[in-house]
Amino acid sequence: MIEREQVLHVARLARLRLSDAEVEKMAGELSGILEHVDRIGELELDDVPLTAHVVALENVLRPDEPRPSWPRDAVLEQAPDPADGAFRVPSPQAEA
Amino acid sequence: MTAELLELSVAAAAGRIAAGELSRQEYFDAWRARAAEDELNAYLWRAEGAAGDGDGALAGIPVAVKDLFCTEGVATTAGSRILEGHRPLYTATAVRRLREAGAEVLGKTNMDEFAMGSSNENSAYGPVLNPHDRGRVPGGSSGGSAAAVGGGLAPCAIGTDTGGSIRQPASLCGIVGLKPTYGAISRYGMVAFASSLDQCGPLTRDVTDAALLLAALQGRDPCDSTSVGIEGGVEAPSREDLRGLRFAVPADLAHDAIEAGVRAVFERTLARIEELGGEVAEIPLPHAEHGISAYYVIAPAEASSNLARYDGVRYGLRVEGEGDLVDMYESTRAAGFGDEVKRRIMLGTYALSSGYYEAYYGRAQRVRTKIVADFAAAFERFDFVVTPTSPSVAFALGEKVDDPLAMYMNDFFTVPMSLAGIPAISIPAGTAEPDGGGPQLPVGFQIAAPAFAEQRLLDAAHALERAIDG
Repeated sequence: MIEREQVLHVARLARLRLSDAEVEKMAGELSGILEHVDRIGELELDDVPLTAHVVALENVLRPDEPRPSWPRDAVLEQAPDPADGAFRVPSPQAEA
Repeated sequence: MTAELLELSVAAAAGRIAAGELSRQEYFDAWRARAAEDELNAYLWRAEGAAGDGDGALAGIPVAVKDLFCTEGVATTAGSRILEGHRPLYTATAVRRLREAGAEVLGKTNMDEFAMGSSNENSAYGPVLNPHDRGRVPGGSSGGSAAAVGGGLAPCAIGTDTGGSIRQPASLCGIVGLKPTYGAISRYGMVAFASSLDQCGPLTRDVTDAALLLAALQGRDPCDSTSVGIEGGVEAPSREDLRGLRFAVPADLAHDAIEAGVRAVFERTLARIEELGGEVAEIPLPHAEHGISAYYVIAPAEASSNLARYDGVRYGLRVEGEGDLVDMYESTRAAGFGDEVKRRIMLGTYALSSGYYEAYYGRAQRVRTKIVADFAAAFERFDFVVTPTSPSVAFALGEKVDDPLAMYMNDFFTVPMSLAGIPAISIPAGTAEPDGGGPQLPVGFQIAAPAFAEQRLLDAAHALERAIDG
């Protein structure tokens, strides 16, 4: 069972702001899903290796050749708040 | 005249265009006019320009493209409010390859937000309607692509499949949907959901057209180091019988989860395989039933990492908070993401968080190894593994939106193949009533093959399709 405090903790990690109603709903829904997922806890898996990638590939290499990158102006056209050839963001430190 | 043009298969239209019997602009315009009538909310954007001018195997063919593929200068939203109006700087390799073969984008199709969903009800731009019954869902997440092809709004489409997102909507809309082997087609320019599972594939009216699109799409791409292509390429399927081929039915996949009508169509299709000379037998696939559990840890975990990039800094939506940088991040993500995306980010972040990583992500990856091994054992004795594509026919809009786990169970038969990275196709096998009664609705039949055995898979699917249609 996922508690309200755990939901708030995970939401902070994920940079998601949830309303009070969303927190309540999320606690119930995550609990239900994890209860189903917990069935894999009953399987004997200690000696089983992990699979992160299914196609047998190792060290895909290419020559390190310089290429032009995206034009700055074109990239900044997509930015919500471009300034002085860069991305402007609010201050990382809240004002007192 | 126009109605006749819209009836042509992609292969037939491409043949007539190549022979000079059909003008590519006339054909493209006929489809544009049809797409403009979109009564299913299948399209988020429609082309206004000219047909393609390339000379390849798809010369003059319009293709509907899931709005998950980046298209330079054309809005690409992934079905999300957070990317509303976003115009990518580059075009996905899959779309570029279709253009190199002579095809042109007909429109961008609606989808579940960030490809998370099995009903298309998670789109920020409204649900797509099923062409066979507008009160029902088309499936998801490539629901716009499937509805466009099934509803005659496009001759063919591409979508993406992470846990069933091509095969399940193809099944519910009565068309062919192919998820190729992981690595067959480049993922460059596909908005990422779960990177170890995401794969592009065709949605078409028949198996021959699926082969035609796959032939153009597949190949190694220096921009995606996990892409390898299909050795020897892909040719049009011509097989007409199934003699000498062995089809395995997983004995362990809970059969009580299947609707009665779907089961009847499945059994009838197995009988057809035998009529065509194929052999059908049950095999154990003991870990496949744990596919949903493993998938709904692995996919959200990867998604929570991939979706961290939507932070209001470089592109897409920004919502200024009243405070600092973190406040802006949180305000942007709260406003930009829908409920299902938030749920998956939460699930994935939880599964990856300190103290839970091994219990969830680690165990899920070990289950994935077991599922890979189950399929490997099956393919030692059999050519194919077959299942119904979806446990049910198309369900009513709104029927499952309040029960995430019930929605996830739609992926019961498609997720194991995704976890194993193997190719699987859904072909229309007939129609059935939903449990409890209702209209006759399409039922899909899923065939899975070993990694990179796409040609063998398409050949068998073609033979079976002929028998079902005949």
